[in-house]
Amino acid sequence: MEKNHLGTVLRAAFPRTIPIMAGYLFLGAAFGIYMKVSGFSAVYALAMSLAVYAGSMQFVAVSLLAGAFDPLGALMLTIMVNARHIFYGISMMEKYNGTGRKKPYLIFGLTDETFSVVCTADIPKGTDSGLFYFCITLLNQIYWVAGTLAGSIFGSMAQFNAEGLEFVMTALLIVIFVENWLKEKEHISSVTGVASAVLCLVIFGRDNFIIPSMIMITAVLTAFRKLKGGNNTDDSGSDNNNDSNGSAGDTFDEVSAVHSLSVGEKDA
Amino acid sequence: MTRFLPFIAFPSGKKTPEYVKYLGVVLPAAALGMLAVYGLKDISLFSGSHGIPEIVASAAVAVLHVLKRNMLLSIAAGTVLYMFLVQVVF
Repeated sequence: MEKNHLGTVLRAAFPRTIPIMAGYLFLGAAFGIYMKVSGFSAVYALAMSLAVYAGSMQFVAVSLLAGAFDPLGALMLTIMVNARHIFYGISMMEKYNGTGRKKPYLIFGLTDETFSVVCTADIPKGTDSGLFYFCITLLNQIYWVAGTLAGSIFGSMAQFNAEGLEFVMTALLIVIFVENWLKEKEHISSVTGVASAVLCLVIFGRDNFIIPSMIMITAVLTAFRKLKGGNNTDDSGSDNNNDSNGSAGDTFDEVSAVHSLSVGEKDA
Repeated sequence: MTRFLPFIAFPSGKKTPEYVKYLGVVLPAAALGMLAVYGLKDISLFSGSHGIPEIVASAAVAVLHVLKRNMLLSIAAGTVLYMFLVQVVF
């Protein structure tokens, strides 16, 4: 009965966000310090983390704000850096439709890390999925803003040798990939994603590989769909876990999710 | 802004095209794979520490996670190992 009370859902969502808390407090603090060093006050840093909330793009934005006026360059750069959000949007479309008034905020807060958590999260039985996603998204932004605030205020006092702490984000992304790999039945999509990204990273370099990777992934997955005759749209494990209540119940829930999906397609 | 694009292009009221639905099913796994690579993009194999701390710590994270399936343990252990490697060893 009380399953969908905000506090209850926050408590259920909190453990999923702990890895992000470490990373965002650190990165947010780094951003706060960076803003301070670049000559902006804590108010600006805070305003950007609240209203822009774009992770690494905020660092880029600082250099753009401090540099020469170049709106077209800034726009192109933003699109290049954040193009991967188009992938996240397409991936989360089914799950976020029907979340009502929460939807705009869910989309606004869909960062790399939030995406990786909501995309693989098992929603507790009886919990409203929209509210659960909302709590995860909100908690993550709170960490980011709190980090920014701490960084811009206490930045210069820090004595702790934090070199290497940024690996927490990399570790999180690897763990989520491995977790998804262990859950999914077929690895075609995962292999396509890694292989395309590695290939494009080697060819195009670290600053320009995301868009080529996205094009390549889309092309390869489209080719697989053609090969399979277009009706096998259920070959990725990650998206079929949205109804499951834990690993033990996965098989049954996945079967029913796949079933309802294919039924839906015949209707369409 | 890019986050809103797909949702504007395919609002919930209208029928989403089959092809885009298919992408919605297969893209998450591929995007997670791409993200894992993205996390390791700053690795430099031919200079500095030759990416050894990143490779060792990433392998530790993956192996530990397969063995224990505990997200927090895998992430914390991997990060501490990486910090130890970059601060003390290299």
